[in-house]
Amino acid sequence: MLTAILVMVGLALALGAVLGYSALKFKVEGDPLVDKIDAILPQTQCGQCGYPGCKPYATAIAKGEADINQCPPGGDAGVHALADLLGVEYKPLNAEHGLPKPKSVAVIDENLCIGCTLCIQACPVDAILGAAKHMHTVIAAECTGCELCVAPCPVDCIAMVPIEESVSTWKWRYPVFEIKKEIAA
Amino acid sequence: MPARLVLPLRQHAGNLAKPAVAVGDLVFKGQLVAAAEGAISSAVHAPTSGRIVDFSEQPIPHYSGLTDWCLTLESDGEDAWTDLEAVDWRAADPDTLRRRIQAAGVVGLGGAVFPSHVKLRPHPDRKFRKLILNGAECEPFITCDDMLMRERAAGILRGAAIMMQLLGAGKCLVGIEDNKPQAIAAMEAAARSSGLNVEVVPVPTLYPGGGAKQLIRVLTGKEVPSHKFSTEFGVQCFNVATAWTLHRALEFGEPVISRIVTVTGSVRTPRNFEALLGTPVADLVAAAGGTLPETDHLVMGGPMMGVTLDSDRLPVVKAMNCIIAASPQLFPPKPPAMPCIRCARCAEVCPVDLQPQELYWFAKSDNFEKARVYNLFDCIECGCCDYVCPSRIPLVQYYRYAKSEIIALDKAKQAADLARERNEFRLARIEREKQERAAKHAQKAAGAKAETAGDDARKAAIAAAMERAKAQKAEVVPQNTGNLASSVEAEIAEIDARRAQAASAQEKQEV
Amino acid sequence: MNTPPYVTGSSSVNLIMLKVLLALVPGIAAYVWVFGGGILVTLTLASLTALLSEAAMLKLRERPVKPFLMDGSALVTAWLLALALPPLAPWWLVVVGTLFAIVIAKQLYGGLGYNPFNPAMVGYAVLLISFPAIMTQWPAPLVLAKVQLGFADQLHYIFGSTLPDGVLVDAISSATPLDYLKTQLKLQHGVVEIAQAPIFGVLGGKGGEIVVGAYLLGGLYLLQQRIMSWHIPVAFLLALAAVSGVAHLADPDHYAGSLFHLFSGATMLCAFFIATDPVSGPTTPTGKLIFAASIGVLTWLIRTWGGYPDGVAFAVLLLNLCVPLIDAYTQPRVFGHGSKHND
Repeated sequence: MLTAILVMVGLALALGAVLGYSALKFKVEGDPLVDKIDAILPQTQCGQCGYPGCKPYATAIAKGEADINQCPPGGDAGVHALADLLGVEYKPLNAEHGLPKPKSVAVIDENLCIGCTLCIQACPVDAILGAAKHMHTVIAAECTGCELCVAPCPVDCIAMVPIEESVSTWKWRYPVFEIKKEIAA
Repeated sequence: MPARLVLPLRQHAGNLAKPAVAVGDLVFKGQLVAAAEGAISSAVHAPTSGRIVDFSEQPIPHYSGLTDWCLTLESDGEDAWTDLEAVDWRAADPDTLRRRIQAAGVVGLGGAVFPSHVKLRPHPDRKFRKLILNGAECEPFITCDDMLMRERAAGILRGAAIMMQLLGAGKCLVGIEDNKPQAIAAMEAAARSSGLNVEVVPVPTLYPGGGAKQLIRVLTGKEVPSHKFSTEFGVQCFNVATAWTLHRALEFGEPVISRIVTVTGSVRTPRNFEALLGTPVADLVAAAGGTLPETDHLVMGGPMMGVTLDSDRLPVVKAMNCIIAASPQLFPPKPPAMPCIRCARCAEVCPVDLQPQELYWFAKSDNFEKARVYNLFDCIECGCCDYVCPSRIPLVQYYRYAKSEIIALDKAKQAADLARERNEFRLARIEREKQERAAKHAQKAAGAKAETAGDDARKAAIAAAMERAKAQKAEVVPQNTGNLASSVEAEIAEIDARRAQAASAQEKQEV
Repeated sequence: MNTPPYVTGSSSVNLIMLKVLLALVPGIAAYVWVFGGGILVTLTLASLTALLSEAAMLKLRERPVKPFLMDGSALVTAWLLALALPPLAPWWLVVVGTLFAIVIAKQLYGGLGYNPFNPAMVGYAVLLISFPAIMTQWPAPLVLAKVQLGFADQLHYIFGSTLPDGVLVDAISSATPLDYLKTQLKLQHGVVEIAQAPIFGVLGGKGGEIVVGAYLLGGLYLLQQRIMSWHIPVAFLLALAAVSGVAHLADPDHYAGSLFHLFSGATMLCAFFIATDPVSGPTTPTGKLIFAASIGVLTWLIRTWGGYPDGVAFAVLLLNLCVPLIDAYTQPRVFGHGSKHND
């Protein structure tokens, strides 16, 4: 009886020591889950989820304060990826936060721009080039299509233009063939 | 001579060529109409003399059926050459030669149309050993390279000589499929009289023996690793037609304005033609006697990897090595696909030793990560797996779909990473500006304090309070602001109000 | 669809299945000669059940019925199961087994190409465990039987379980060679002594060895037609021969020799028809070798020390479980990766 108790206590001490040592030696700085979630998010920084950017949204998801279906630019694929990562059920996108739209870039109509810099301050990725009282322009390659610049513009000169498919961006389609039709034919 | 020639500005892998002429200009045969843009690009020249009548987006021969920028040339029937300038390539320095080659529009004419001047650069660290000329016709039905070798063997080898000099190669191997005895004989005769170290090697006629890596393996025994260039291993492979155009470009100054096209399939007299680039395909088909009644569509390329053409008004481009007039007898419609029975016949025939059935399951279920791990991008889309599948699954279509999805996802990820970086930088920048502002005000307030030492004490107190407030604002929001006594809260509210007032006054001052 | 490649080879699923059925014909002919015509009835029963149940399931699953029925895979399953069952098995046994094989082991997993287990073997295993007495009641080969039943009598027995007057079940049935070997070994008789018994012929069981030989011929035809690759049959037979041969050399009196093992039971049927089922087997060449060799070793183990006289069905099913693992670890080298040719 005594030996049994001694063995159990010994085991508990030994395992506890191993766990404690590992917790100290292999401690991970920061919160890797937030980074993993952030890696899935599309980085549009649009704020449609209700948070000021993708990193704050990722932090909120990690804390459990936000749901995984609040990001329209990520689309269904994004929700699936988050569900897989976190081991939760997939939910369809929450329409309250907006609906997925085709990818667009902002274009400033240079005839109307008055050089007020309000859009430059609004852009979350600094994709607008310009200075006060000087022409502003959107660097198309950097624009994420978040639309945050459209509202502040006092002369309404920013339009969202959908990106069209060209020969260099064209993708093959998933092969689809109708079995029933082929047989009937 | 066709009346109108449509010249796409992108007849090569890489960047669109930049037009060098405008609508309405008169051009001569061989004149540059579009210059190369960047390193991976090539030039386009007028195939005949005439006038540029249009510059717009026209349909091009491509899987997507999309349009691309094209110049339309209306020929004047004179066929007048521009001034041509040959180069003494033996004496010229390599970079000049490469620029000339790029400007002459020389691209790989085996089908990949990769700008050749890029491939003519030896690896800086490795000794170059062998140049390989690809005379193995890439697909059944095509005979354009066969004709070229039979009729112009000497010119091909002179092009090879130029390549050997640029690459520093000591030996040249010409791989020709063994079902072309006349071509082999012609090339051997030319090799003997050329004085070059050239060896003609007949290779077994097995599809896809014309694949560059496959041919290199057959001729030299070396397997070029995936995602690496063969120059690292001392070999480089060019199509025989590319060698011919190189010879014409440097020794005669003639840019690439025509190519040999095989017209075959269900036409009255299938044969090879030397066609000017930009010729509508319909003209070629008519020259081959016209299509037989049961023809239902045209295919550019071979039966295994060809592209269905939507219309016969599409122009001949540098990549077009063959036109097949397809009919239900020639290419019977494929029966519907059955499920995969895991027989692994596809794995037996894959020239890259992949596992097509695994790639098929991954592509079908959108499992792109696993597809990438199983080396989807090594697939050369030859269609062998598709050919043998007993369930008639269109395997190559699945791989193409998966590849383009993965490429698009990769691009999106890169863009997202860039956006994240820029966002983080922006937040850091705003933070930094705030701190700089706070420091500046702290300095200003301290300076003001020193000057007005004898001034109103209350004003000094206010200034100090403002400075404290600014410093606090630059820090993290204080956490201990809950559960306070009402008196303390009232005090805080008072201070907040004063702070807000002072802040708005400051901002008005700054702007 | 107008997409390349525009030409295809001539192979198709139903051509493959047809050739497999053709290869089974010599075996069936030998069977009829040795055991009488009852097997034809069993085959017909099984085929009908298979086709009808497959059609019903496809309709339920809202899939096109004609192409899947015409591909012949249901027929192959039915025939293999029928050939594995005792020739005079009652009709309901055949029907239940086939139903299980087609409906549960094949269609419920997704139909052609999706079943992880060999459907015929699943049907056989279910029957063996549920009705062990009937499944081990094998009729004697006609040459050995005390009473020879005519075809009509056999029909009666299959459908009505009635025998002609005065004939007892014992008169027509006998233990199979493997079964006999097992029980006699338990009774502490030596192999050499057992081999003298009249039920043994030259290589295996008298009469049975002819059937097995016919299966071998059919299998060689399939190899020649390149319906399957040589890996599985060769690996399976070699492994079984090797392991039983070593055991026989070590202790000839307790372990039967290689030739006996190779020519009795369902060995040849398994080697060429059951283990080579592409859907439930591995796809890589190395994988096939490992798979087949393991089946061979496992079969010998079950035959020698297991509870059942013939271990083929269970060996195959167990290895079907391991196939995804085998596939994942035997991926061959891809062109341009890890080669020795590069400098």
